[in-house]
Formats: sequence, C-alpha cells, structure tokens
Amino acid sequence: MAEPKSKYDRQLRIWGEQGQEALEKASICLLNCGPTGSETLKNLVLGGIGSITVIDGSKVEEGDMGNNFMVDLQSIAQSKAKCVCAFLQELNDSVRAKFVEESPEALIDTNPAFFQQFTLVIATQLLENSILKLDKICRQYNIMLIVARSYGLTGLVRISIKEHDVVDTKPDHFLDDLRLNNPWPELKQFAESIDLYTTDPVVHKHTPYVVILVKIVEEWASAHGGKFPSTREEKREFKELLKSKMISLDEDNYKEAMEASFKVSLPCGISPQLHQIVNDSSVEIDSSSYNFWVLVAALKEFIENEGGGEPPLEGSIPDMTSLTEYYISLQKIYQSKADADFLAIEQHVKGILKRIGRDPDTILKTTIKNFCKNARKLMVCRYRLIEDEFNSPILTEVQKYLTDEDYSVAVGFYVLLRAVDRFTSNYNRFPGLFDGEMDEDTSRLKTIAVGILNDMGCNGSSLSEDLISEMCRYGGAELHTVAAYIGGIASQEAIKLITKQFIPLTGTFIFNGIDHKSQLLFL
Amino acid sequence: MDRIEVSNLNRQFLFRLQDVGKPKAEVAAMRVMERVSGVNIVPHFCRIEDKNIEFYGDFNIIALGLDSIEARSYINSVACSFLEYDSDDKPCEETIKPMVDGGTEGFKGHARVILPGITPCFECTIWLFPPQVKFPLCTLAETPRTAAHCIEYAHLIKWNEVHGGKSFDADDPEHMQWVYSEALKRAELFGISGVTYSLTQGVVKNIIPAIASTNAIISAACALEALKIATGFSKSLSNYLTYNGAEGLHTKVTEFWKDNDCLVCGPGVLIEVDSTTSLQKFIDLLREHPTLPISKPSMVHRGKNLYMQAPPILEEMTRSNLQLPLFDLMGRIPKDVIHVTGTVTLNDRKTSALRKLRIVFKGNVDGVADMDMAGGA
Repeated sequence: MAEPKSKYDRQLRIWGEQGQEALEKASICLLNCGPTGSETLKNLVLGGIGSITVIDGSKVEEGDMGNNFMVDLQSIAQSKAKCVCAFLQELNDSVRAKFVEESPEALIDTNPAFFQQFTLVIATQLLENSILKLDKICRQYNIMLIVARSYGLTGLVRISIKEHDVVDTKPDHFLDDLRLNNPWPELKQFAESIDLYTTDPVVHKHTPYVVILVKIVEEWASAHGGKFPSTREEKREFKELLKSKMISLDEDNYKEAMEASFKVSLPCGISPQLHQIVNDSSVEIDSSSYNFWVLVAALKEFIENEGGGEPPLEGSIPDMTSLTEYYISLQKIYQSKADADFLAIEQHVKGILKRIGRDPDTILKTTIKNFCKNARKLMVCRYRLIEDEFNSPILTEVQKYLTDEDYSVAVGFYVLLRAVDRFTSNYNRFPGLFDGEMDEDTSRLKTIAVGILNDMGCNGSSLSEDLISEMCRYGGAELHTVAAYIGGIASQEAIKLITKQFIPLTGTFIFNGIDHKSQLLFL
Repeated sequence: MDRIEVSNLNRQFLFRLQDVGKPKAEVAAMRVMERVSGVNIVPHFCRIEDKNIEFYGDFNIIALGLDSIEARSYINSVACSFLEYDSDDKPCEETIKPMVDGGTEGFKGHARVILPGITPCFECTIWLFPPQVKFPLCTLAETPRTAAHCIEYAHLIKWNEVHGGKSFDADDPEHMQWVYSEALKRAELFGISGVTYSLTQGVVKNIIPAIASTNAIISAACALEALKIATGFSKSLSNYLTYNGAEGLHTKVTEFWKDNDCLVCGPGVLIEVDSTTSLQKFIDLLREHPTLPISKPSMVHRGKNLYMQAPPILEEMTRSNLQLPLFDLMGRIPKDVIHVTGTVTLNDRKTSALRKLRIVFKGNVDGVADMDMAGGA
C-alpha cells in the first residue's frame, strides 16, 4: 500500500524510523538564543526534535533585527527567549517548545541540577568561565554537551561527553565483507559446483566474480604451497591468471574479478580500530556495564573462539554481474553464515549477562543482530573535559598545527577565541568594539594571546599580527551567515549524538570564514 | 517554477503546512519580507529559461540553489554571456557577472564562487560531476539481482509494453503504485527481496535524501560569499568548497583553474563565415558544428534579435532575416560576438544552452559598416 506522504520522508531515508524515534524522544536545552543558538535549534525543530527549552535572560533589541531571523520588529523589548521560542514553534507544531527568561550564567551558578532533565545541552556564545563550569556539571550528570560559538568570521563547535558508543556508524565507503581471503567450507562448496570452463558463453560471462575468485585463488594456492597471493608481483600474476580465463573481451564479470582481485590478499583478522575496542578496559564486564560493552565482550569471546580471529560475517554482498540464480544462491550462503555467527554471539551475550547477574534476555535479538552486522565498524568516542584540554593540551599536536601552513590560521583562531574571553573578563567588553581603541585593543589582545600560548608551552610569536588585528576588527560581532554555518554543524552533531548513528566530530571544529579552510583540531 | 510539497517541510523553513501547493518563489518572498524589514524580494514563478538575458543582466550577483546539472549549465551560460574580453584577451571587469552556487545531498554538499573569466565557470569543471547511475538494459531485462533492478524494469521497460504511448508521470500516485506492484511481481519471480514503496519512489524519482543541517551549512557558506562580493569586506572563497558531515566533519577548498578553451566562459567559439552566407545557412552550420553543436537556435547580436524561435509573434517578425546574409544583419563589421540560445546534448540528454560565438567574416568584407542595410526586428 502507498505510504502516507510524510514530511520526514527525505530524512527518514538517512536515519530511518529508529533514528527519528530517538529524535522525537529527545529534550534539548539551548543556552542563549542569539543567531547561533536560534539557527542551531531551527534545524532541530524542523527535524522533529521532541522538546526544546530556551534559556536566555536578554530582551530583544533593535540590533537583533540585523542578525537573528527568529525575532522581528514586534519582538523588541520582549524576552528574546520567548520570541525565539514562538517563531521556532511555527516551524513544527509537534515540538514542545519552552523558555526560561534567565541568564545561562546565573543558572549554571545557582541551579546546576536544572540540567539533569535534558538529553543534550547546547551552549552557544558562552564565555570560557561558564563553559568550564557547565562542562563539569554535564559530566557529573552524564548529559551530552555541545559548545558552539560564532565570532566575526570565525567560530567553533566542540562536543563534550565522557563516552559515546556508536554501532550504526554508517561510514560512506567501507569494504564489503566477502571473506575472499579466507573462504569457508559452504562458500567453497558452492564455488566447486560451478564449472568455470562451461561452454555456454552466457553462463561463462554471468558467473559472479566471487565464485571466480574463490576458484581461481584455490588454483593459485595449490601451485604456491597453499598460500594466497601476497607480494606485489604475485598479485600482478594472479590478475593475469584471471585475465587468461576470459573467453571474450566483453566479460564484465571477469573485469569485476580483476578489479576485486586484491580482496584475496587482504590481511585476515580484525582491524586495529576494532582491536583497540575489544581490548578496552571496559570489556572487563561487571553488573554496572553498559549493554554496548556486554556486546563487545561477547564479540571478543566469539573472535577468540568460533570466529577464528575474525568478527561475525556481515552477511550482505554487493551487486555484481551474475545470473540471477547464482546471485541469489550466493546471497543465501552469506546470509546463512551471518546467521550462524549471530547465534554464536547471542549465546556469548546470554552467558555474560548471566555471569554478571542480569536477565539473559535483556538485550534484544534485533539489537544483537544489528551489532553483529556492524561489528567491523564500531566506534567509541571519548572526549576530554574542556578544562583538561586547556590545562594540558597535547603539546606535540599544538606545535604541529602552529607550524603547518594548513593549520596555522585555525589554531590561531582557537587561541584568539580563548584570548577574547579573557579580554572580556578584564575589560568587560570584546576587543575592537570601539573604533577609537582599535590599536590599544590589538596590543592588549596580543599580550593575552601570547600568554595563553606560553602557558600551553608554545612560542607566542608564532601567532600572526594580521590575525590578531583581524580578530579585533570583528569586535565580537555575531554575523548571521556565520551563525547559520556554525548552527548547521552544531545541529548536525546533535542529531548524530541523539540518533547514535554516524560518526560525530571527534575534535574541535574551528571555522575559517575568510577562505573557508576550516580545520579540526585534536587537543 | 516549483510548488511547495509536504516532503519539503523538514528543511525548507520558509514554508508551512498550509502553503503546500503554492509557488515556492511567492511564499518565500512573502515570508522573508514579513520577518525582515527593509528588504525587497520580487518573486517570479516560472522556469529560469523563461526570462530573457536582459533580465539577468540587471543583477549584480546571481545566487543558485538549483537541483540539476542542466539548470546550472543554463544559468552559467547566461552569466558568462555578459563577459567581454579586451584585445589582450583579458576579461573586462565590468562585464563579470559573479555567481554563487551550492548543492547538497544527505550529509554532503558543495559551495562555489564563479567569477566568469577569472575562476572556472560551471562548464569548465563539468567533469566534476560523475555520470548518473544507469543499469545496463540486459541486467534489467534478463539477469536482475537487486530490488532496484526490478523497479527500473517495471518503470523503464514494462510500463511502455503495457501503456503504449502514455508517458509515465512520477508525481501521479497511481502510476507509482503500478510500478511498485509490477516491481514486486518481478521480484517474486526471481526470488529477490527488498522492494518497498519507499524504495520504488526513491529509485524512480531519484530521490535525494535531504536534511535541514546540511542545507543550512551550504546556504550559509553561499550567503557569506555573496555578502563578501557585495561589500568587499573579506576575500572570497577560492573557489570550490566541498563538505562531508557523515564521518566527523570534512571541508576542503580546491582552487580549480579556468579552462581557456571553455565554450562558455572563454572568448567564444570562433566561427569563420563567408560574407555571403545567409542566416538560414548559418543555422544549418551550427547544427553540424564539430564542437558546439547547437540546434533550434535563437540569435541575438548586441541586443538585436536576428532570429527568434519563439514566441510565434517574434518568430514571424524575424523570419525574413533567414534569407539575408549574416554579414549584413550584423552591420557589415568584419568580426563580432553573437549570443545563441538553443538545444544541446548534455549527458545524453537534450537541454537548453546559451553559447557565445565569435563570428569572423571572410570574403568581401572591406567597406564601411552600413547599419541601414541590417534588417530584422
């Protein structure tokens, strides 16, 4: 039957019903609803977020007409939080929109427990002091935090969470799991049942490349002491061997086999990334462990036993030139093995749950199946406390960035963003706000920035004079286009965190609106 | 020329549920002017090809939020048509019509600045766009393996077999339902799983997943670049930004180079014409030209219509020019640029295009330019 025309159709095709459900259950707290905050929330409201709570103590002023789309002339003198909420509500009436007319700084100081109720806090345009306090509060209550800032032609986005585990990373390009480097008995049997030297030309050119490779690599192995091609010369020879089996030039399946021939030479076993995860300290399971780690522990047991060093088979195969019946048979063989691997892992999961005193059925079959399918693509993200990043940055990284042409402007902006916050605590305003004091502010800002670099253990003179003047030129302005860009990124990271799909930002994103050579800094 | 649809509402924030069915241009203009005082937006609910070149010539900057290669190619040729080169083959600054272009797909997007004559134009870098995925006919007809194969079989092959001349309308739910049930039948026949109504729509309409955040990022980048061009407050993006937000976040700026031989933003395709050649003969030449070719052309020389294919009244008025020598129609000057709008083939599809031609006359060309001899509208 035809599905009803859903307004979420275009996004459901990306994160599916499960992702949408997670979004609709989430509650977001936004601090400050200037352009950056408003633009961030706009994207989340459009996407159907469950609820938003806007915290902002300011009143709408005439200046806001120039950069905030979520207020209008009628809003002047009213609570900005109230007006932004009302305009956001217009975008989607399924979202529950609330506001609190209070300054975020005051709330952080007087009522930290307020933040406990939220799935995610998005802090925009907050100064360093408040950010550091908020970060600790969110860590304490295990609430996800995104920090976003727009400043002239620069800005930043940074996630801060103790740990974020992703099963559905959905990477763009990930190699298929064909196991051509280590075919199992059922696959070999199927390949055996097909005659590559058939006289039927249609069958010859519609034999799937998986079968071709399994058979030909066995032919190769028997002539090379049971080993598969591994050196460059051997791989080249193997390709030639494949080519020699072609009976005409237009055999796409053989061309596909040659293109995929490298797959027989891939190293067996698990990737370094997965190796790190299964050897993480959290794999020592106890009754307080998250389900994710129970699953990883089960995965580890599987790899060390039934898997023979390999993770569970993913189960799907890419499209390839083939007779329909051969392709369907191959699909069934891969699916069978994936099912068998899943059953083995399910047993390990139940065993572990029993050992830690939990009901063995608490983790659903569908969850385990999905985990198995994505086992090779798991990701664990851990973020440092922002205070730790400031107090003990990874010196080698900073120095690398300072001396690298591609990174020097980004790291310059990173330092200057911290410097303007310190400037503000000293002088109660942003540098460059008054034209008449531009030169003095530039030199004051420089002193502070150099101080920060020295504290980080770096050479203060590596900061460009031009960049410091440029930063003063901005005078703390929040441009709508920059706020919209930063807001776009912040909202997108929020969606990834809430849906637990896709890979979130793992570093600090520094925006460079001058030449768009923005960068990620890992400090 | 689009009307608002329900599926737009997850990201096109200027539209509301009650606006579904109304022209996008009109609602967008109204909403923005309601919210932002002092701004003037004039909506035009029509195709981009419906406006004449002079209309586009009035603007300082052209910002593009188009959804096809063909549309971008067209507007690119219009903007580049204003470009004039001096005797040193350098672009004349006052004829440069800047464009800012953006596009998105799921978590990916791009933004670029085009300054005709300086940066590459859209045509110069057309190789950036990979050809669309097409399934080989024999796969669809004989060895389908995936759900998409079954769907395209029903859509591209079975439909014509059963419905004869009736053209398939992707927006007609009955047509879509028919394709879906045929695809299911075929899938069942071959033991293939995975055909759903949603997938059917996706494959047939080539639906691109779209979300608010990516569009916000790319449109912000475009708006920022447009502001820079308008005010000069910072240097421009130079010249192509790609963005990918699916795995962490990656942005990259590439400085592409202009193709000096570009048919569109270069000084123009050089065509030597005999001074006695009639306009009709010239039109025939264009259709057979090795590098162009362009058919059903309408031609303009320095603002004067030499021949117009449409509307009928203009066609009638300019028809008599077809028998006259092009040399006379162009004022008997030895060489000049004319602009031709017509049909070209792009990616195996026919589409509108505008081309700049540098006409150089040979034969009996000495003699003073005699404007009185030039006829036509």
